Amino acid sequence: MSAAHLSGGAPPLLNVEHLSMRFGGLLAVDDLSFQAGAREITAIIGPNGAGKTTVFNCITGFYRPDVGRVTLNTDRGPRYLERLEGFRIARAGVVRTFQNIRLFANMSVLENLLVAQHNHLMRASLFSIAGLLGWCRYRRAEKAAVALACRWLERIGLMDKADWDAGRLAYGDQRRLEIARAMCAQPKLLCLDEPAAGLNPRESMALSELLQSLRDEEGIALLLIEHDMGVVMQISQHIIVLDYGRKIAEGSPRAIRSDAAVIRAYLGENGTQPLPPEVMEDVGQS
Amino acid sequence: MGYFLQQLINGVTLGMIYGLVAIGYTMVYGILGMINFAHGEIYMIGAFISILGFILVGLAGITAVPLALIIVLTATMIFTAAYGWSVERVAYRPLRQAPRLAPLISAIGMSIFLQNYVQLSQGAQVKTLPPFIEGGVVLLRDADFAVRISYVQLLIWLLTLVLMAGFAWIIGRTALGRAQRACAEDRVMASLVGINVDRTISLTFVLGAALAAVAGTMVTLYYGVVDFFIGFLAGIKAFTAAVLGGIGSLPGAMLGGLILGLVEAFWSAYFTTEYKDVAAFTILVLVLIFRPTGLLGRPEVEKV
Amino acid sequence: MSFSHRPINPADLFKDAALAALMALILALPLIGFRSVAEGGQLALTTRFDWVGIGVAGVFLGRLVLVYASSFWPPSGANFALAEAVREGMSRYVMALAGMGLLLALLLPFLPFSSRYVIDVATGLLIYIMLGWGLNIVVGLAGLLDLGYVAFYAMGAYSYALLALQFDLSFWICLPLAGLFAGLLGIVLGFPVLRLRGDYLAIVTLGFGEIIRIILLNWYEITGGPDGLSGIPRPSFFGLPFKPTTGEHEISAFHQAFGLEFSGLHRVIFLYYLILCLALITNFFTLRLRKLPLGRAWEALREDEIASRSLGINPRNTKLTAFGIGATFGGLAGAFFATRQGFISPESFTFVESATILAIVVLGGMGSQIGVVVAAALLILLPEFGRELEEFRMLVFGAAMVLIMAWRPRGLLANREPTLRLHRRDRRGGEPR
Repeated sequence: MSAAHLSGGAPPLLNVEHLSMRFGGLLAVDDLSFQAGAREITAIIGPNGAGKTTVFNCITGFYRPDVGRVTLNTDRGPRYLERLEGFRIARAGVVRTFQNIRLFANMSVLENLLVAQHNHLMRASLFSIAGLLGWCRYRRAEKAAVALACRWLERIGLMDKADWDAGRLAYGDQRRLEIARAMCAQPKLLCLDEPAAGLNPRESMALSELLQSLRDEEGIALLLIEHDMGVVMQISQHIIVLDYGRKIAEGSPRAIRSDAAVIRAYLGENGTQPLPPEVMEDVGQS
Repeated sequence: MGYFLQQLINGVTLGMIYGLVAIGYTMVYGILGMINFAHGEIYMIGAFISILGFILVGLAGITAVPLALIIVLTATMIFTAAYGWSVERVAYRPLRQAPRLAPLISAIGMSIFLQNYVQLSQGAQVKTLPPFIEGGVVLLRDADFAVRISYVQLLIWLLTLVLMAGFAWIIGRTALGRAQRACAEDRVMASLVGINVDRTISLTFVLGAALAAVAGTMVTLYYGVVDFFIGFLAGIKAFTAAVLGGIGSLPGAMLGGLILGLVEAFWSAYFTTEYKDVAAFTILVLVLIFRPTGLLGRPEVEKV
Repeated sequence: MSFSHRPINPADLFKDAALAALMALILALPLIGFRSVAEGGQLALTTRFDWVGIGVAGVFLGRLVLVYASSFWPPSGANFALAEAVREGMSRYVMALAGMGLLLALLLPFLPFSSRYVIDVATGLLIYIMLGWGLNIVVGLAGLLDLGYVAFYAMGAYSYALLALQFDLSFWICLPLAGLFAGLLGIVLGFPVLRLRGDYLAIVTLGFGEIIRIILLNWYEITGGPDGLSGIPRPSFFGLPFKPTTGEHEISAFHQAFGLEFSGLHRVIFLYYLILCLALITNFFTLRLRKLPLGRAWEALREDEIASRSLGINPRNTKLTAFGIGATFGGLAGAFFATRQGFISPESFTFVESATILAIVVLGGMGSQIGVVVAAALLILLPEFGRELEEFRMLVFGAAMVLIMAWRPRGLLANREPTLRLHRRDRRGGEPR
């Protein structure tokens, strides 16, 4: 596969090469290579158990891949993510959300967003010394952090609930808060693990808009695992299809929609008999 | 050589006692995911009840050793198991849904309570029981050293092996064992498929306490000295054994107990007795740092 | 056990109580019914079946009353609402209460009812409050279950004693050094073990606590073994000792400098204010840190380590700071303990101390500074009032831990206030629950 979809000759933001990950006898990811461009939404799709979340965990440092290289091309040169400790990956500019939302449930919504700015604030507080002494240097930084948090609270419509415990929010709000929290860490690449799971159609629509605005207004790249084909087809520029840990197709939404291998993977070998319309819709064949 | 062999025998005996107590920890940890801090005290209570039992059979004029032993063991197991059941009922069951730390504090409270309960009801003095089973077999005679295995040690070995076999059968083959394993895997799911979780947990405590009672009886026979404070250290060491072997694993608990017993025996024999507890704790720390799943435990994949 | 508010069938009620009584009989029969006593080298038995009878009857009646009374309790929903209301009310007046408590603490030595005994007890209480506040950083904020906190307390005490005895350093130099050593010990111990999960960490810290105690017990040359260290210098008032006059013409003691009559009470009061100061510093430091990024990172780690890591928080270093800072405060408290007692031995640093401090933190409500004060007062003062029942003290202590946990598993004052609010507090009343 070529990286023809990427603009110009600049290296892609994220370059995954020959990634493999094995759990016991199960080859969860098998020699996977793909790229994600800056200011683009790249989606990874595939049936359940195709290894999507494992790929995410390798990129974001929760698993160490057996083989392969994950490169993030930053302004300050390439960073090899597979070698970094988990927490350094966020510092390098890759932040993720989780399939089963992981908020700090007993902390307030605002605090969740401030924790995301930890590294920045920690430096500003001179590792707490300036903060303890109450220097204005830290107070300024904190004010700026709160302002950034407020900007995101406005954006996801949770301004009124800023002081609530995050665990008390409704499900859809928790999803959006997790994305806002990730954004407060100011990533260059945001990895979203099934952000539309459990959302109703209206919420999915709002999510699509939010994600597109992240790309267009914040100028970041998004890498997304998603089962909701409506969302995927609508917003992504580039789609990678996994099955049994291997990449079986890659391309624009239009190309993927008509790819024979993809249809086979989703519907089984005998994809000959006519499918019920809702299934067709599901795979974007409407 | 003879000295070494003797320490080996002593170490294995000690290890088997640790192993019996460790099983109680490992089973409860497997099901509830918590350290049953009061388990060491249950063992201590077992030792005290067995002393009372031995005195009583003596007063009743039962002199046949096997009969007396069976009576004392059975009674000790029953009464100690009642304590195990009550501890769970009073200190842990009300806290099933509570935050993680609550049952631990409750357990520590229970442990302090039981210790002082026994101290008050039985007195703070050390209890010394005259040897009940005497004699032994000389296995090997060096020039200056006789390797000897006493009948009590043989009894401990035999009893432990029988109990272990019985236990493996209960866990592996019976409905109770299946229910236990199911609860250890996923308590909510187990209750959804119709397993009475509360009852299973209660029975786990009862079984663990019964084994601790056997260990307590054996210690009474072996050393002949018991005080109300033995539960704390024995408890920690047995927990160490459970962790060493891999928490949640029954063979692991036994293996861990044996290793710990051997280390302690050899440490005391060749280095100093003062620091033998340090040796045990050091092993615990090292195992947890380098192999947190223990020797026979299942590796844990971080769920993201 | 059913907490329905429907009337209970009397037959069931009696059956339930009878079962409880039967269980009590089984429990009481061996250990209370018989008692082994040493008699001429032999063990003999005495019986106390009357006690068993009383106990079993008591359990029967108690159970009867309890189950019957519980049928009148409001359903759990209303109970919950009531608890919420209490919580809300408490959190509203908590500042006022804290202020009054502080005022009381500041004026205590000069209040009419205060005596040497009262001040001594208050000093002892403040040591536990300080330890509770120190451990609260580790357990309450960072969520690290530390069962060996007493190791740092011991480290502080022995560091202080050895520095003061061997090198003849003054209190004000030894104190920070003791804190520093304890903090270093915390970091050294914490470094390898802090990646362990909850209960494993608990047991390893417990192991460390015991190792330290065993070392203190056996290292005769340095620590004096079981005899401990005695003759630890008492603190001076910035160089002015508390002692009867030594010279007539120069000012060489505290009471001379202030033109007072010599009194042994001066030192007691001075020690009281010293520990009050130390405790308040601990409290101030904790409250301040909690509102800083470091404190929020601690809480975030407690809530969800994986999410924290994904946001770029270094779990190991962040936990180490919590462990180290907590240990430092433990060490400072230990140094104070040493100088107050003048004598220390390993007996003061057993696991029960660790358990007590942890119980103070958890019973108070994890992370709640005022909860620590309330719980410490409860656990330390209650036994003090029950001095006549000396031998039942620890029994009641253990039972209280179990009962309080059953009653309030989240602790007495488990109300977390956000570190930063965007909206004014009173809006909260309107929030749907």
